[in-house]
Amino acid sequence: MATHIVPLRTYILVWVALMILLALTVALDSLDLGWGNTVVAMTIAVVKALLVACFFMHLYYGEKLTRVFAAAGIFWLFIMITLALCDFTTR
Amino acid sequence: MADSGAVLHEQFDDLAQQHSAVTLGMWAFLATEVLFFGGLILSYVVYRHAYPHEFQFASHQLSVKLGTLNTAVLLCSSLSMALAVHAAQFGARKRLVFFLIVTMALGATFLTIKGFEWRTDWVDGFVPGSHFSFVSHTPRVDARKVELFFCLYFVMTGLHGLHMLIGIALLGFLTVHASRGKYSSGNFAPIELTGLYWHFVDIVWIFLFPLLYLIGNHAA
Repeated sequence: MATHIVPLRTYILVWVALMILLALTVALDSLDLGWGNTVVAMTIAVVKALLVACFFMHLYYGEKLTRVFAAAGIFWLFIMITLALCDFTTR
Repeated sequence: MADSGAVLHEQFDDLAQQHSAVTLGMWAFLATEVLFFGGLILSYVVYRHAYPHEFQFASHQLSVKLGTLNTAVLLCSSLSMALAVHAAQFGARKRLVFFLIVTMALGATFLTIKGFEWRTDWVDGFVPGSHFSFVSHTPRVDARKVELFFCLYFVMTGLHGLHMLIGIALLGFLTVHASRGKYSSGNFAPIELTGLYWHFVDIVWIFLFPLLYLIGNHAA
């Protein structure tokens, strides 16, 4: 079989987790944590994105090379943002 | 595999290799899309770092309720898209068409809600350009910098909306073909690849939502 078949249960559980994380991020936004709000919101966003990428986009079941391609996109984004911020945050 | 309707193109050794190649090609495209949106996110980060008060003020003008609702709509559409791919893997034609239509409808719902938000922004005078009419009453908030937030907001949500429109058009195309029985359990790469695209657009929103709507300190 060319593609891995993910059980329906997994899809539903991932969706439930995504909805809970959405409720959580909105609830935590009403607290005043200063810059902590941004850290919390972005951490939850990363977890949600990983859930979508791993299960809905089958990265978890995919081939190593596919994961390398996915990681490459994130790695170049990381380079762009990190190097730019090294400049802007130290002026 | 011969009776599954799979078509092996001559440049590939077998169906597994063909499947790896098309999937990899789609991920390469998505990696370029990451950097496409990444450039916008970088400019957002740079200006938010420079003008934190204005960005917080401007973000509070957006409706967290509508933003949350839209995020939920999009997460549901991703589930529906995943279920469409699942149906395609089994060659279940009716189920596939059903979930493709549900995904399209949820995508259209997202854009409709977004349209109402944009309309409110227009009426309130937050659309950058000659129509921008926000006047600040505190020295802490510079109207020009609020306008900058809205420039980024409209370009980011606009570009995301354009991706949604393209996604809906692709799904419409797939729905027509699926209802004619063009796909089977061995031949559904277009469904799978459009699914990857749709989930990617969902991920972009997963990041835009906290960046634009959840800057925090709503009491201030």
